[in-house]
Amino acid sequence: MAKIHVTTTINGAPTEFLCDANQTLLDVLRDQLGLTGSKEGCGSGDCGACSVTVNGRLVCSCLVLAPEAEGAKVETIEGMADGDKLHPLQKKFVEMAALQCGICTPGFLVASRALLERNLNPTETEVRYWLAGNLCRCTGYDKIVSAVLDVAAEMRAAGVKEAAQ
Amino acid sequence: MTDIQYKAAKTVREACTLMAAADGKGRILAGGTDLLVQMKAGTVAPGVIIDVKKIPEMVSIAKTKGGFRIGAATPAAAIGEHEELCKAWPGVVEAINLIGSTQVQGRASAGGNLCNASPAADSVPALVAAGAIVNIQGPSGKRQVPVEQFNTGPGRTSLANGEIVVSLTLPARPKGSSDAYLRLIPRTEMDIAVVGCGVSLTMKGDTCVAARVGLGAVAPTVLLVEDAAKALVGTKLEDAALDAAAEACSAACRPIDDKRGTIRYRTKIAGVLLKRAAAIARDRVNGISTQAH
Amino acid sequence: MSKPQYKWIGTRPDRPDGADKVTGRARFGADFNLPGQLVGKVLRSPHAHARIRSIDTSAAEALPGVKAVVTAADFPEQADLIVPTGEMQVNLRDITRNIMAREKALYEGHAVAAVAATSEAIAKQALGLIKVDYEVLPHVIDVAEAMKPDAPILHESLRTEGANPPATTASNIAKRIEFKKGDTAAGFAQAEVVIERDYSTQAVHQGYIEPHAALASASEDGQVQLWSTTQGHFQVRGFCSRLLNIETSQIRVTATEIGGGFGGKTVVYLEPVAIRLSQKSGKPVKMVMSREEVFRASGPAPGGNVKVKIGATKDGRIVAAECTVEMQAGAFPGSPVGPACMCSYACYDIDNIHIVGFDVVSNRPKVAAYRAPGAPISAWAVESTIDILAQRLSMDPIDLRLMNAAKKGTKTAYGVTFNTIGMVETLEAVKNSDHYKTPVKPGYARGVAAGFWFNVGADSSAAAHVGEDGTVTVISGNPDIGGSRASLALMAAEELGVDYNKVRPVIADTASIGFNFVTGGSRVTFATGLAVVNSVRDLIRELKVRAAKIWNVDPEGVMWENGVAKPAGSNVGEFEPLSIAQLAAQAGRTGGPINGHAQLNVTGAGPGFGVHVADLKVDSDTGVVTVGRYTAAQDVGTAIHPSYVEGQLQGGAVQGIGWALNEEYIYNTKGKLENPGFLDYRMPVASDLPMIETILVEVPNPTHPYGVRGVGEVPIVPPTAAIGNAIARATGIRMTDLPMSPPKLSEALDTATPRMAAE
Repeated sequence: MAKIHVTTTINGAPTEFLCDANQTLLDVLRDQLGLTGSKEGCGSGDCGACSVTVNGRLVCSCLVLAPEAEGAKVETIEGMADGDKLHPLQKKFVEMAALQCGICTPGFLVASRALLERNLNPTETEVRYWLAGNLCRCTGYDKIVSAVLDVAAEMRAAGVKEAAQ
Repeated sequence: MTDIQYKAAKTVREACTLMAAADGKGRILAGGTDLLVQMKAGTVAPGVIIDVKKIPEMVSIAKTKGGFRIGAATPAAAIGEHEELCKAWPGVVEAINLIGSTQVQGRASAGGNLCNASPAADSVPALVAAGAIVNIQGPSGKRQVPVEQFNTGPGRTSLANGEIVVSLTLPARPKGSSDAYLRLIPRTEMDIAVVGCGVSLTMKGDTCVAARVGLGAVAPTVLLVEDAAKALVGTKLEDAALDAAAEACSAACRPIDDKRGTIRYRTKIAGVLLKRAAAIARDRVNGISTQAH
Repeated sequence: MSKPQYKWIGTRPDRPDGADKVTGRARFGADFNLPGQLVGKVLRSPHAHARIRSIDTSAAEALPGVKAVVTAADFPEQADLIVPTGEMQVNLRDITRNIMAREKALYEGHAVAAVAATSEAIAKQALGLIKVDYEVLPHVIDVAEAMKPDAPILHESLRTEGANPPATTASNIAKRIEFKKGDTAAGFAQAEVVIERDYSTQAVHQGYIEPHAALASASEDGQVQLWSTTQGHFQVRGFCSRLLNIETSQIRVTATEIGGGFGGKTVVYLEPVAIRLSQKSGKPVKMVMSREEVFRASGPAPGGNVKVKIGATKDGRIVAAECTVEMQAGAFPGSPVGPACMCSYACYDIDNIHIVGFDVVSNRPKVAAYRAPGAPISAWAVESTIDILAQRLSMDPIDLRLMNAAKKGTKTAYGVTFNTIGMVETLEAVKNSDHYKTPVKPGYARGVAAGFWFNVGADSSAAAHVGEDGTVTVISGNPDIGGSRASLALMAAEELGVDYNKVRPVIADTASIGFNFVTGGSRVTFATGLAVVNSVRDLIRELKVRAAKIWNVDPEGVMWENGVAKPAGSNVGEFEPLSIAQLAAQAGRTGGPINGHAQLNVTGAGPGFGVHVADLKVDSDTGVVTVGRYTAAQDVGTAIHPSYVEGQLQGGAVQGIGWALNEEYIYNTKGKLENPGFLDYRMPVASDLPMIETILVEVPNPTHPYGVRGVGEVPIVPPTAAIGNAIARATGIRMTDLPMSPPKLSEALDTATPRMAAE
């Protein structure tokens, strides 16, 4: 069976790749496109370390088949900073020590940004439920939740209507 | 290199043709949140993966005569964003929105959840309580099945070769109706339901005039518990009525002991959830909005 | 004692690897690739216990794309030799069998063969072609069952060490240990209240989000390069050296960034296999465990049964304490039953203590360290029992512990006498905390528990190099699992008197720095911190020598202050201060490159004490527990980087909460693990928890220049009992078995009559 040719957009860049029907988007990102920021923690959609957005929707890339990326807009952690300017969430995570080992951090950042793009005024409970699909074993979630709430507050204060820069 | 093929169908007919041609080795890809997990685990080895997400009617929500038609592959997140659906069927929506994490919600669909036919599927008890109809299309044409008859056992549906579920129809809603879905899970998220209970009520004043109860994760398929409904209809949903309906749920259970719960526990919780879900549904009829969590 | 005023220590600057970690640039184990690499996969036993009669790999070897196949025959036999690994001890003879089964498969998931192929698909196909002839044997999973005389025996040659009279027949009890202080019989005779209870816990997993990964590249000249996600790359080098008969200097191990370890990555699984496959195939071999393999075939923490008996006088003085611990070792001996026993009463000053422990093998994966290994299991039992005592005596649980608290001069049951410790201070901090002073909300109940961990020192090496522009690189060899790089840089900056941002910490590979013991035992900030401080002191010594040369004075006449060399007094002469940059500019003329280094075996690790408070409510119909408020207090020595110290307390507390409520290894009757995934191995998710408040009590460790105590492990010790004690007070039910999951709690609620939990 010949490989499938996929044309897609990843972090704003037109991208093409060849893949098998049963390869996941995560596989292709990591093994073929050199985008190893998305991590495989479980391969079954239970940990969120592979989180990306596809056409604006937060998904686990381990549960998206690579051919599905055809014609889609994919955003990964590598596209979150603007050149050398970190996204406010990225900055805040470092400032507030919202990471220890850092393996879950890309997933949390992608998921948090997706939240703030929809809701710039989430309650602590809303943040926790939105991020329930992102497992962290190091931090106990406390500083992650605080960081997201702080960024939301700062963005509201700055009059930002949506978190997309 | 692999022998597995991937095809994105553009119409329902094309999807059916591909399924039929695959002769049992075809698998529909909606959100993939069950299919990909099963492929990785080796429990499913498709020959052809048929992506239906490019078929507009399968990924959209339309209003019908007073009711709704939900495309079978519509992502759960999109269902949760549909204001009118949320207002008319808060129980169905919350049930679908409980399938997995936010990431899973970005992909998982009610059709996929139903066709995966897990006894513990979150959407199904609420769909059963809602009296949803499954719209099927196949080589021999279209047909409809009440959702409580659709699954025949764990992992088994009544679909014939080449048939696919195109959409789910939610019927028109009499005034004074609402619904609710509750599940028992050990954590607050990310778990498969130990028990799931959907209750749909129609009230006239403070009297219940119609009810349907769907119970999940307590039998090989989701149960339509008619005895529980009977115990509620004609009552004011006072404690005695709720207790009777709860007992009917516990009596209807045929659960198993497994890594998620015991027979004893599931039987008890079936009753507990009935009472709580019925109370929430009633509150919603009365305009008191309650979040399930 | 007033707190020292530091310029950098105690501040919260950005960690040096922060930008890389939040952009996806940081490279973890599975993020490394080499050209031409092969994919390595492991064939694992489907049986919990089976003799391996033969393995036929010929069909796999013949499959196109397969470049190498290995079995136990490819690994040399090992002597019966114990080596330290992190906080546990392992036997090389057992390790070689754990990484690749020899005579027997001893647990479901046990590695029996491995292949390297050009793709994952071919590798998996090859595994299916390997024919293993198993003779399935009866298996045993449960500790109590494994201890019975008629239990299936795992190792025919295993005799119970420490048995009295000496053991003559094969047993699954690998070891019996005992600790005694005073005379418990006499003590119990004095007691006016005696509480006796039996407890149990289940095996749990460290739950690191990153699966094990290794990339090995063996050259034709016998050298090996290895990238491994590990807590100890020197440890990995040592293991691989012995397991494969390769000289240590021939193996160069780079520790990748590590996605969590908590003790579980202080041992090897894939590394020796990847190296051997690389040697045989002549190509790099990359191996990554799936999540299922991590659960089935890495090293979980043991479960165990603990019997506790505590006697006290009516005013709350504990006069005698006993405990028996039966602990799972998994398939090979070596559970942390020793630390479990030693920690059990370490929080308290008790005259009469008697502890007995058993290390028991059964057909489960060999256990590995998990954050204060062993201690959470005995603490669950002891701290629950102390709570029963508090209820029986109608005493506040903090006051009861204050009355019996260990202090400086307390002699433990295992013979050590405490130096300056912080148990009393931590209890008092909790007593005076906002949480404890706030009345419990209606519907909620409050539980308190304490915990202890020794913390370790061991070997570290460090170096400090001055660049041409005067900035400093500080080199050490401990993988950073929790932010230690930042703490090392803070201590170096403090010692040098320069800006934190002028000090760059680097974690070197095994060829580029001297030996470092693992990242574990809460030792890095303490022991490697001390090595870093000493290497900086060595650097300062050399900087003073250079200044002396420039000024043409005796080096004794130079002092170092606030980052510059100065004359030590006006009698030395009038010289402008010289900065590191200025000294660096003249390095060539004054003796060459300016470096400092230090290497030491560090003793004097300060033990840590924690006290946790949990407010929770129990849904009495469903048995579901909601934690409403949680505080973790601990004596942390000196909080070098307070954010990361807080993070240790929060992370450990949440692991403990998961251990208390939902985490467990579930086996079926065939000895197969039923929940090898994050779906049914239920770790806490963000929505399960409140904020975790932390109280950092600073009781400096007198043996460290900055007063550092290890902090990482203590936080996992108190939570299970804090939760259990709160549940007891909420429901009147004293749960004795972990986890207290909803079906179990619901059953206990339904069957017990509500009554005082002390009965």
